[in-house]
Amino acid sequence: MPFIANTDAQKADMLAQIGLTEAGLFADIPPELHCGALNLPEGMPEQKIRRHMAKLADRNATGLMSFLGGGFYDHFIPAAVDAIVSRSEFYTAYTPYQPEASQGTLQAIYEFQTAICRLTGMEVANASLYDGGTALYEAMMMSLRITGRRKVLIDQTVNPIYRTMIRSYSSNLGVEIMELPFRNGKADREQIARCLDDQTAAIMVQNPNFFGCIDDYTDVGEMAHQRGALLVVSTYPISLGLLKTPGAMGADIVTGEGQSLGMRVCFGGPYLGYMSTLMRHVRQMPGRIVGRTVDGQGRQGFVLTLQAREQHIRREKATSNICTNEGLCALTALAYLSVMGKEGLRQLAQVCADRAFYLQQRLLKLPGVSLRYPGNWYFNEFVIDLPERADAVICRLLERGISAGFPLARYYENMEKSLLVAVTEKRTKDELDFLVHCLEVSL
Amino acid sequence: MKVIFEKSVPGRRGLDVVDSEVPVQADFPAALLRDQPAGMPELSELDVVRHFTELSQRNVGVDGAFYPLGSCTMKYNPKAAEQVAHYPGFSYLHPLLPQLPKGETLVQGALEVLYETERLLSEICGMAAFTLQPLAGAHGELTGAMIMAAYHRDRGSKHKKRMLIPDSAHGTNPASAAIAGFAVQTIPSDHDGYLDVDALGKALGDDVAGLMLTCPNTLGLFEPRVAEVCRMLHQVDGLVYCDGANLNALLGVCRPGDIGFDVMHVNLHKTFATPHGGGGPGAGPVGVAEKLVPFLPVSVVRKRQDGSFYLDYDCPKSIGYIAPFYGNFGVILRAYAYIRMLGRDGLPRVAQNAVLNANYVREKLRPFYDLPYGQLCKHEVVLSASRQAAVGVRALDIAKALIDRGMHPPTMYFPMIVPEALMIEPTETESRETLDAFIGYMKEIAELAKTDPEAVRRCPTSTPVGRLDETRAARQPDLAMR
Amino acid sequence: MVPQGYVCTKTHEWARLDAASGIVTVGITDYAVEQLGDIVYLELPAAGKAIQQEKVFGVIESVKAAVELYAPLDGQVVESNKAIADQLDVLAADPYNAGWMLKVKPAGANSLSGLMSPQEYQAYLESDEAKKH
Repeated sequence: MPFIANTDAQKADMLAQIGLTEAGLFADIPPELHCGALNLPEGMPEQKIRRHMAKLADRNATGLMSFLGGGFYDHFIPAAVDAIVSRSEFYTAYTPYQPEASQGTLQAIYEFQTAICRLTGMEVANASLYDGGTALYEAMMMSLRITGRRKVLIDQTVNPIYRTMIRSYSSNLGVEIMELPFRNGKADREQIARCLDDQTAAIMVQNPNFFGCIDDYTDVGEMAHQRGALLVVSTYPISLGLLKTPGAMGADIVTGEGQSLGMRVCFGGPYLGYMSTLMRHVRQMPGRIVGRTVDGQGRQGFVLTLQAREQHIRREKATSNICTNEGLCALTALAYLSVMGKEGLRQLAQVCADRAFYLQQRLLKLPGVSLRYPGNWYFNEFVIDLPERADAVICRLLERGISAGFPLARYYENMEKSLLVAVTEKRTKDELDFLVHCLEVSL
Repeated sequence: MKVIFEKSVPGRRGLDVVDSEVPVQADFPAALLRDQPAGMPELSELDVVRHFTELSQRNVGVDGAFYPLGSCTMKYNPKAAEQVAHYPGFSYLHPLLPQLPKGETLVQGALEVLYETERLLSEICGMAAFTLQPLAGAHGELTGAMIMAAYHRDRGSKHKKRMLIPDSAHGTNPASAAIAGFAVQTIPSDHDGYLDVDALGKALGDDVAGLMLTCPNTLGLFEPRVAEVCRMLHQVDGLVYCDGANLNALLGVCRPGDIGFDVMHVNLHKTFATPHGGGGPGAGPVGVAEKLVPFLPVSVVRKRQDGSFYLDYDCPKSIGYIAPFYGNFGVILRAYAYIRMLGRDGLPRVAQNAVLNANYVREKLRPFYDLPYGQLCKHEVVLSASRQAAVGVRALDIAKALIDRGMHPPTMYFPMIVPEALMIEPTETESRETLDAFIGYMKEIAELAKTDPEAVRRCPTSTPVGRLDETRAARQPDLAMR
Repeated sequence: MVPQGYVCTKTHEWARLDAASGIVTVGITDYAVEQLGDIVYLELPAAGKAIQQEKVFGVIESVKAAVELYAPLDGQVVESNKAIADQLDVLAADPYNAGWMLKVKPAGANSLSGLMSPQEYQAYLESDEAKKH
């Protein structure tokens, strides 16, 4: 079923009218390059494909009681959000090249940019990037352009997946990337002071960091600025319902993964990278940007603007090769933030933090369980050390239908017993108690 | 129409957040907290729904109107593919599950989708293997260019720093090559709209890392000497990249791998019918020939003898991670469902009908518009409105006049080598009736340009806003509400 | 048409030597302004910065284009026209006077030799070669 409307008779008539045959349509491709029949399965009618896909879906464990986070969180999604983004006027449109026919998309992006600025405490945001990792990479590139320097510092409490991505991207670019060891789960100020120099373009940190610790990077920003370097902060947007903004800490560029703003974890994507910065850096910002303007009659309208930064004009001299944004994901985030509202977002962040705090306190009462990095404040995720290998405990709890968290040994040395536990508002008190109970009997 | 933040009523709520239920509170010190709540809108659920419904009515999508945006393949997005991507068994699957001990057993269905999609794309494109990780077409280009760099580095060819790109290429090609560390050299097109093979020959040298070529090219033409071009590059140990943005024209007819391309990307949101989302999310899987397989990003999905699937992270020559996980899985699901629905016989019919529709439009519009490259085209045709521009009606004006007639305009002013370009890609899913209506409008606008050019320049008049002041937008940027 | 006393580059910058002070003023030609369309942004080097002939000294953007500005001579910037950044229409209205961009202290004598006279520039604009720049 190739979703073709024209009947054979119509096609024959069309061919006749333009003086071509069916074979003639491909007469410009040399015969030796025609491939013949492909080795593919036969097509399926809709009824069959839906059954086929349902069977595949059934072979995935989505019924687990999950405490897995690591930068990607299973938050509750209001039905209104799904209803809004299901409107095909949004999802079957493309990049708003024709502003008069795309005011819906354009205004939504402008509103998204506003929401991100307000959330992060910054002056200007772009229309979104692919994900939190590529957003952090783009922030690094932006810091190199702004400062004209070639060295960046990245704290090892930044999501290890992002750090790996940044290493891949930088392999051909002659950028010196220094990863800084942390101390008691937080950025080590002495390390930063030691490594910051007049060649450093930026120091890149995360809040809450990968271990869930909340930090105030105001002092790090001051240290960076004294050396002419920038402060780049990767964020978790739900936490910003409550926590001090990077803007208030003196950040120059803020990025983050927007998945938790109304998007499902969906096995890795599509996600939403966001980026905000100060107005004076806007021309070095990558990606699409929407601006508000007026038409000939003075009516308010929205257009893609500052396009001279972009690849379709600058080609190899562009700020980035990025072409589209993640339009529908940005719309999702905006719809989510609008439904949650000012007070809802604050409350939600508090609920997540409260439940995580409760779980942490209860777990710490179990024999042999300790907080890996004591004395810190945590948002909705924290690291505990177990009396045995975290892998073994995870396996046992999986048998009881619980995904207890993430084994940090996967990315960090000497952390075989460490478990990263995340809590969202979807985990009820009963479920938190059940996890404690199951862990208790399993240890 | 007001911006959503302007509709805010202090104290109004859209959603009741659940109670914390727990007897303790995380009592953070004030220094860690924001001064005041983030300034999100304060609205009821109805306020929000109505706002976005109104916005949606100010938008045009494929479901609502003919959308012949050249090089973007705005075909119909089947609803079944949309629905299956929302199955909870996929959408609630956490991407870190496979990294848990024995975690792969928790995600066998998802891994099968990835594995099978990778095999299907490899067969369709004639490549040895694919990675599904790139999150967009341009991201695929960057991944491909990084693979080319890794290949040359692995062979000790540090001097291979020059990437050749035709002047007709999409701007992302040179931008991607530059970010992968290459120096870009532009190769001109010849008078027939093809890559100038003589100029290419002169540009070739030992320091050439590769060539990035769009196939069919951005004029919608199949390069007659493309196989020879590939051989020329291979003679200097260069690699040939195929920008697969236009793959719709070749489905089931001709495979880039058979032509001699070494690496390519496909746009799932174009060729494989996943929705464009108002500018993303898309997906840009990258396929490679055998010699480039070791350089593909980690991780790689593999199948065991017993039929189970696992993720292989042991890829020593890999370029590394380019996405956090396995690609835009939600997009991959839709594309997989689409390919399986079409199957062996459906795919070539896509190409045939896409090419027929484009050529039908080309011939029917020939009397009214200039066709700088008027030969047989593939999936799209590029007109020039030079004739109309001579009487003061530019391609932009024609586009706006189409909006007033209820159709989305073609791509304008691209490729840059065609003056007043209008690039029309009807796609295979459009009916003859729609094409005839479009042709009728284009003819009518061409006539109007002669008799009353001012009437065309006034367009659009039917839209919520008229032509917007882009100069003001750029000179006094208002990019967010204070 | 470029006024007499000015010399031009192939990349459409002009330069004019003030014999009394020895200072060279730099701008872009009316042809360049017209090709760009509505100019929205201009980035110029600060006073004190050294510029090098045929090397980029600044960037000019219109809604649909971005063009790099190439120095017509070697020298040191003594003043850049800060005022035009806020009134870019001056570039179109008066490109050869109020629309000046830089005042440059030349690095050596005969720094402008090799550039085109207004007549030569006009002939160049009518040639095929101009289309490449």
